[in-house]
Amino acid sequence: MGNKQTVFTAQQLDAYQVSSAQVKLYHRYRDLAPQLVPLDYTKEPDVKLPYELIGSMPELKDNPFRQRIAEVFSEDGEGNMTLDDFLDMFSVLSEMAPRDLKAYYAFKIYDFNNDDFICKSDLEKTLNKLTRNELTEDEVRMVCEKVMDEADLDNDGRLSLEDFQHMIIRAPDFISTFHIRI
Amino acid sequence: MARNVNFELHDLRAVLESPVDEDGIHDSFHQLIEEQTLDLSADAEAYELSELEEGEGRDNLGYLASPSSRQQHGEMQEERTEPLMDQQWSTATLRVLSSMPSRTIGRSRGAIISNYYNRTMQLRRRRQSRPSIRDFAPSSRPSIRGYGGVETDAGVDDERKWRQLVINLQNLPVSDRVQMLRCMPLSVDEKREIRRAALEYKGRRSSENQRVPCFSQLKICVIIALRHGWYSWLSLLSFLQLWQIALKKVSGRFGTGVLSYFVFLKTLLLFNFFLSIVTGFFLVLPQAIYPALSYALKFQGLELLTGGGYFTSTVMYYGYYTNSTLKKDCIWQQAISQHSNQTACHSLYYNMPLAYFFTIGFAFFITGIILVYTMSKSFGQSFRIDKSQGVLAMKVFASWDFKVSKKSSIKMQCENISTQIKELLSELALQQNTMGLLQKFGKSCVHLLAWTMCVGSTLACVLAVFYFSDYMHMDQKSRARVNDTANPLVKEAGLLALPVVVSTINLLLPGFFNAVAWMEEYNSPSTSNYVSIFRNLMLKVSVLGVLCYHWLGRIAHDPTSLGLQCWESFVGQELYRFLLMDFIFTMLDTFFGEFLWRLFSQKALKRKRKPVFDIARHVLELIYGQTLAWLGVLFIPVLPIVQIIKLLCMFYMKKASLMMNCQAPRKPWRACQMTTIFITLLCFPSFLGASVFVTYTMWTIKPSESCGPFRGLNSMFQSGKRWVEELEKGNPNLGWLVWAHTYLVENPFFLFVGAGIFLIVIYFHTQVLDGQRKIISLLQEQIKNEGEDKKFLITKLQFIHEQKRPLSSHRIRGASEVKPVSVPLSLCYL
Repeated sequence: MGNKQTVFTAQQLDAYQVSSAQVKLYHRYRDLAPQLVPLDYTKEPDVKLPYELIGSMPELKDNPFRQRIAEVFSEDGEGNMTLDDFLDMFSVLSEMAPRDLKAYYAFKIYDFNNDDFICKSDLEKTLNKLTRNELTEDEVRMVCEKVMDEADLDNDGRLSLEDFQHMIIRAPDFISTFHIRI
Repeated sequence: MARNVNFELHDLRAVLESPVDEDGIHDSFHQLIEEQTLDLSADAEAYELSELEEGEGRDNLGYLASPSSRQQHGEMQEERTEPLMDQQWSTATLRVLSSMPSRTIGRSRGAIISNYYNRTMQLRRRRQSRPSIRDFAPSSRPSIRGYGGVETDAGVDDERKWRQLVINLQNLPVSDRVQMLRCMPLSVDEKREIRRAALEYKGRRSSENQRVPCFSQLKICVIIALRHGWYSWLSLLSFLQLWQIALKKVSGRFGTGVLSYFVFLKTLLLFNFFLSIVTGFFLVLPQAIYPALSYALKFQGLELLTGGGYFTSTVMYYGYYTNSTLKKDCIWQQAISQHSNQTACHSLYYNMPLAYFFTIGFAFFITGIILVYTMSKSFGQSFRIDKSQGVLAMKVFASWDFKVSKKSSIKMQCENISTQIKELLSELALQQNTMGLLQKFGKSCVHLLAWTMCVGSTLACVLAVFYFSDYMHMDQKSRARVNDTANPLVKEAGLLALPVVVSTINLLLPGFFNAVAWMEEYNSPSTSNYVSIFRNLMLKVSVLGVLCYHWLGRIAHDPTSLGLQCWESFVGQELYRFLLMDFIFTMLDTFFGEFLWRLFSQKALKRKRKPVFDIARHVLELIYGQTLAWLGVLFIPVLPIVQIIKLLCMFYMKKASLMMNCQAPRKPWRACQMTTIFITLLCFPSFLGASVFVTYTMWTIKPSESCGPFRGLNSMFQSGKRWVEELEKGNPNLGWLVWAHTYLVENPFFLFVGAGIFLIVIYFHTQVLDGQRKIISLLQEQIKNEGEDKKFLITKLQFIHEQKRPLSSHRIRGASEVKPVSVPLSLCYL
């Protein structure tokens, strides 16, 4: 247990508001590539793990949204994550994160073309990922229409962040499902 | 919200949309946003309606469905059905669109900072009593009044806003600051900078005295040491966190629904842990240190099952506890003279009856408060005021369980979701068809039949328990009269009959209810869940009610006829037996119901599907067990420890059985709502019933003459009253305590008044809720209208642009040449 404390400086501990969970996360990050990630983070090394390693984590390995998750939380938008990005990701996906923060990132994950709106194509892609392309074309179309109908408040044909958050408020399960245990 | 959806250009849209694979998702609009973020100086030209050399790309706006029939501007009437989709937006319009405030909220750091600046400002306003007028944020609806030109100096604004945010943050109290920083959707780097700057600023202000005095240096050292201590404590705590890995495995394979059962079990464990600490420390420990005189029976194995025999004369039961004050041995010196008694030592003394009374009362009170708090928090999370339906949207966005990590489970989850979506679609289609009258009648007949069968079977079982307990009671009476010389252990083994019967009923009848529910058809899966929970609950409550009558009404009423010295210990033994039998039957059920059933269905019936883990039934069993524990604490202070052991065994047993034999439920399980319902059930029928039972026992029933801490009194409650009277005698100033006790606690009028006030408060709150619902619907209308405004402005903007530029050939691209042009030209009122 003494080892873990010398990984970060006191200032870094403060900045991360380190809890035991975050020290655990650091070790998970290191386990992905022990030769790349140094034991001592006090010098703030610039280490970035490629997406392939992140996507091979057992919690994310088979998740259909793993690429989008990695892209949203990575600095470069490609899925290559530094330790900061990694901690960010798991802290948003933890139990403690407030609902609005989760809704914000969920919105970004489902926004496949990164135009800050969930348009029909984003919706279709989400649906196909959810159901593994099991729905027919017709059904996909009907679902997209109905979803737009239900969720689009300002009638512009696509979901903005506000529309999404308004809908998420009505789904109390969201906090427990948008959660990865580490 | 019915709207006309235009399908005309559907095929065209399919061609124009971005490729399906997740790599090629960038299109020209996105590139436009990117270049805009990089080049801030170009923003100045944003509003200039000029063309760019790069050419104009297509806007992947999707389609803007035709608006509702609200008439905002008469001129646009005819063109309403023409969607604003796939228009050839000019680059300039695209630039304008991309700079709209609503677009930038999620995108740029500057927008987030400005957003949070506004929020911290509001928070500061709320915290301060008199805000200055300058602090008021401008209204959300932009007015053109303040704007000379339309340029904004975005670069300078950003920096200023950042600094102001930092200033705001440091003026907030620490908890608010922490909360605000937690909520910000910025990266860890940014947050770290802001936090550092907020602390720095504060430090800079108070850095007038350069020299730090010695005392504050020491203080700093102490604080740092404490903080390091806190971190090591946190890491130790995580090590102690019970079952972290096990819960992760369960959730990884079965999802949140099944996980909620195990989390509920963990919660119950914590409740019992608290209860056992309180009773153990205040009751068991003192009595164990000063053992009372009793005759000890030899320990034989059967005691573990029956709870009698050897255990009767141990700390386990109420009867063992003394009614005297435990004193540490010291020499009393009584003065022979007229002076008051002098004690040579002021020893520790411990008034056992009082301790017993207050400990039980205190434990129940605190448990009640914790339960109500948990229930209200959980309720607040899952209850939603507006009853709008958004079922399909929620299914698409909020139903994917990210916890599930096993490949086969993910596959199953995908199948479940697609099935549920298909069901929802068919439901929506069916809503248009009205059911025939005959069909409705047939359905209600089936429901009536099912309910009759369930209620009838419950009634039959309850009567069976009633008469059987009566029979046992008579049997015991007759044996006591005859003075039976049979082996006492055999006699006690005979007492196991009633618990066995009750546990059998609890095991078999829910299966019967499930079978009955198969033939019924419900509108939604949640209704069937609620109905099955209600039926099970009805059964358990009525069985427990009959048992309570049996214990209090029959046994406690006339204990001597049964030959009992100590009816409380006897009732305690009964409860112990019930708890134990419940556990044994659960074990048998897990073994036979799940393990053997899986073998049977896979080998004999050749089914691929494993049995489903019935969450509702298992949680109700947990609640039943906990009710028994609460009922029995008064008579067996050690019972919470027994319950802890039982829960620990159940956790491992259920988990092992789950992993080996079961599969996740196929129907959607709303974990949040269900958890709220279970906690409510734990609070209302279960805890409330137990506290009513305990209160009734303490208040009304006469304790036994020859055993227990309340022997000789008229009721257990009397010990508290006596103590208050003694206090008053000793110190007349405490007369108000007796007065308060007589007029407030014992007087029913006061309770009525209290209940009346409570009901009035609840009524006011429901009215407030109604008002909030109305406000929500008004706001929704307003948002819709704003959307209309936005669309109008966009089309107008495009129209103006079209007017200013000459018609050039390369503006028009693709197949939609003619149509878009016709739209603006018809708006020729300008």
